[in-house]
Amino acid sequence: MASYKAPLRDMQFVMHEVLEVGNTLATLPGYEDATPDVLDSVLEEAAKFSENVLFPLNRTGDEEGCHFDNGEVKTPKGFKEAYQQFIEGGWTGLDCDPQYGGQGLPKVVGFSISEMQCSANMAWAMYPGLSHGAYAAVNNHGTDEQKALYLPKLIDGTWSGTMCLTEPHCGTDLGLLRTKADPQADGSYLISGTKIFISAGEHDLTDNILHLVLARLPDAPKDVKGISLFIVPKFIPTAEGGVGARNKLACGSLEHKMGIKANATCVMNFDGAVGYLIGEPNKGMQCMFTMMNAARLGVGMQGLGLNEVSYQQALAYAKDRLQMRALAGPKFPDKPADPIIVHPDVRRMLLTMKAYAEGGRVFSTWLGLLLDIETQSQDEAEKQDASDLLALLIPVAKAFMTDNGFEATNLGLQVFGGHGYIREWGMEQFVRDARISQIYEGTNGIQALDLIGRKVLMDQATKLRKFTKIVHKFCEANGDDEQLKEFIEPVASLNKQILDITMQIGMQSMSNRDEAGAAAVDYLRLLGHLVYGYFWARMVKTAQAKADTGDAFYQAKVATARFYFAKLFPEHLSLTAKLKAGAKPLMALDSEHFALHL
Amino acid sequence: MKALVAVKRVVDYNVKVRVKADGSDVDIGNVKMSMNPFDEIAVEEAVRLKEAGKVSEIVVVSLGVKQCEETLRTAMAMGADRGILVETEAPLQPLAVAKLLKAVVDKEQPQLVILGKQAIDDDANQTGQMLAALLGWPQGTFASKVVVADSKVDVTREIDGGLETVALKLPAIVTTDLRLNEPRYVKLPNIMAAKKKPLDKTTPADLGVDPAPRLTVLKVAEPAKRSAGVKVASVQELVAKLKNEAKVL
Ligand SMILES: Cc1cc2nc3c(=O)[nH]c(=O)nc-3n(C[C@H](O)[C@H](O)[C@H](O)COP(=O)(O)OP(=O)(O)OC[C@H]3O[C@@H](n4cnc5c(N)ncnc54)[C@H](O)[C@@H]3O)c2cc1C
Repeated sequence: MASYKAPLRDMQFVMHEVLEVGNTLATLPGYEDATPDVLDSVLEEAAKFSENVLFPLNRTGDEEGCHFDNGEVKTPKGFKEAYQQFIEGGWTGLDCDPQYGGQGLPKVVGFSISEMQCSANMAWAMYPGLSHGAYAAVNNHGTDEQKALYLPKLIDGTWSGTMCLTEPHCGTDLGLLRTKADPQADGSYLISGTKIFISAGEHDLTDNILHLVLARLPDAPKDVKGISLFIVPKFIPTAEGGVGARNKLACGSLEHKMGIKANATCVMNFDGAVGYLIGEPNKGMQCMFTMMNAARLGVGMQGLGLNEVSYQQALAYAKDRLQMRALAGPKFPDKPADPIIVHPDVRRMLLTMKAYAEGGRVFSTWLGLLLDIETQSQDEAEKQDASDLLALLIPVAKAFMTDNGFEATNLGLQVFGGHGYIREWGMEQFVRDARISQIYEGTNGIQALDLIGRKVLMDQATKLRKFTKIVHKFCEANGDDEQLKEFIEPVASLNKQILDITMQIGMQSMSNRDEAGAAAVDYLRLLGHLVYGYFWARMVKTAQAKADTGDAFYQAKVATARFYFAKLFPEHLSLTAKLKAGAKPLMALDSEHFALHL
Repeated sequence: MKALVAVKRVVDYNVKVRVKADGSDVDIGNVKMSMNPFDEIAVEEAVRLKEAGKVSEIVVVSLGVKQCEETLRTAMAMGADRGILVETEAPLQPLAVAKLLKAVVDKEQPQLVILGKQAIDDDANQTGQMLAALLGWPQGTFASKVVVADSKVDVTREIDGGLETVALKLPAIVTTDLRLNEPRYVKLPNIMAAKKKPLDKTTPADLGVDPAPRLTVLKVAEPAKRSAGVKVASVQELVAKLKNEAKVL
């Protein structure tokens, strides 16, 4: 039987022992109530809900999928009841503004909870997840009237939200976008166009759905400079905030897809639907950018969540499944064979999953805290640093955590052998669900381009240096510690190299722009390993300081760190070699010569 | 009417505890702790009685180390109004707990005291009964249904033969069984609100109770490992084995 237990101990280790979030939160106005004991209670209750309500609906939701009937969408059995329970528990307002009914808790705890929800039931978690994106859009860019009308409903969860960017001919390149917005005399707009792949575009969980739609005004400049953001409700709200007339928009069909089958992916047709401008005309992309960090980290959490849940199943299976004998001689002579966890290759798979999950957990928690600092801090310098580090590392979090998440779920399946390929065991669902996280919210290739171009080369690595300085300081301060040396040295060395490598790519791309594009994906992984290496070294420092408690948790941390540095971190060597090879091997082959037999 | 609910902080039901190497006790260092599940049911029942207008105030009491505060906060997040922690590092046995609870009851004067039928760590199943004896109050143990009306409470008890309903005059003691109710999921705003509810601290000395253990633990050992089974050829052989080897017949 599949089962999921939220990794509370590790979450608490990361929050309280490694990052000491309590100290930071105490300096941020608005978070006075968010003391460590409150955060723990919140995590514990969220864990219960994820384990006992969401997880049991995961496989049934996948088997059943969503139902489409004449424009209406029904979510799988149990989804609506779970959602009702969730909103009655006040969870939709977790980190939202208390002025509109939110609980005003820090974002950092919100991200830990989304890890749990993605482990338990990613397809379900996306419904409130998208509403949260809509909340952020209205909260950051709406007028006071718009906020008063929409925020309380998004916070209490009776209304939900979507993000409508993609169109049939444009996904990555939103400059091609065609959906039109016609201004009306009353200040509203009529929105016309087709959006595709709209997650949670139509469903039966809420009374109303607020679509945040990117569209063009009649006189708008071409490309991305001419895109505006509109809120287009399924039912036009009455002045009192009730559900009014049905708007002229409809779900045309549901996509049949590889994973997250319980989340409705909709074709949305807008036929002169009434919409209202959010933010300034032609500034729609900027509005999107302000929410992008949180949204991308949210997708990173999907990679982490699936990594963790797949690991838990694989671990239990590896201790239970008896096949063959340990090479060094039977470990369990009284049993017909040894459990497969004795085999080095099975351990490689389990430890890879474990090391990526725990590395991703500390990294993402740190980023969550930076998001809190960015919005709440009173210290301008601290705010700017947080903002720069986020800009730099969010693409890494999105792509590295979801690439590793996919690899981890794939390894989890492999641990089960043939049984992993059979649906009943649930392992193949994690692989299918994880796959989308590498694609949406900007493909991982686009994350890498964003990193190397906009985030690193554009400012001559100023933001990158902010991060390498943090790493450098840590290495300086702890490099003499005999117990830490084996972990600090490789990090310090890569930290130095990465600046040289960056310089080189920068130089090469000045004469040939393809060089940056060719380097992007390998470069992102390289920075990913620097980040994980740094955080693994920090975790070891904390764990070793507590080694004499005799608590096996700390011993396991150190052993996992050793595995990470010995077996995963060295990927940087091959990445460096690939980066050195540059763009030429990629660009040399004529497009016409890729397949001469076709 | 005031209800008092006792809640114990125990090793979480998911944790597989190990015996300490020296056999002195089980090792509960660094393991997840939570509220005794039977006590969650007790709190839930009190909250339902309050929601039904039968109870006006719920006081939760926990006895033990400082971290029991977390358990009290959980109970308050579920709906209890205030908490009392009887703080002590000393190991507490059921009789000491009953005496301490009696002292708290004497002060608080509740009409109804609800406890779990047992705690999942030592499974003693004694505290409620001892408390009833010390107070001289009627008791309804292993409750699967509790109906409060006027000055009495009807308690349906799960007994070996089935169900038995007893009518108790208030004040009374009720201990909860598994089927009494299903505890609610705590609402997020209530977690925050619980933090602001009053939590008083006292000590065994303040209450004039000596909690020193009256029983000595000689040794704690793992249950014997299950040995492999054998196939028997006939019913006769099975009966013989049950009689002579297993000695259960
Ligand atoms: C299940 C699902 C749910 C989704 N939910 C939503 C949603 O809620 N709202 C929404 O608006 N959209 C949603 N999307 C759309 C998603 O964001 C897009 O599919 C994604 O951004 C990629 O766009 P595309 O599919 O058009 O691929 P394309 O843009 O056509 O890209 C194809 C390939 O080319 C690569 N590529 C493109 N340009 C470059 C470049 N300049 N350099 C290097 N490589 C490049 C890409 O990385 C990719 O590998 C969803 C998609 C799916 C499948």
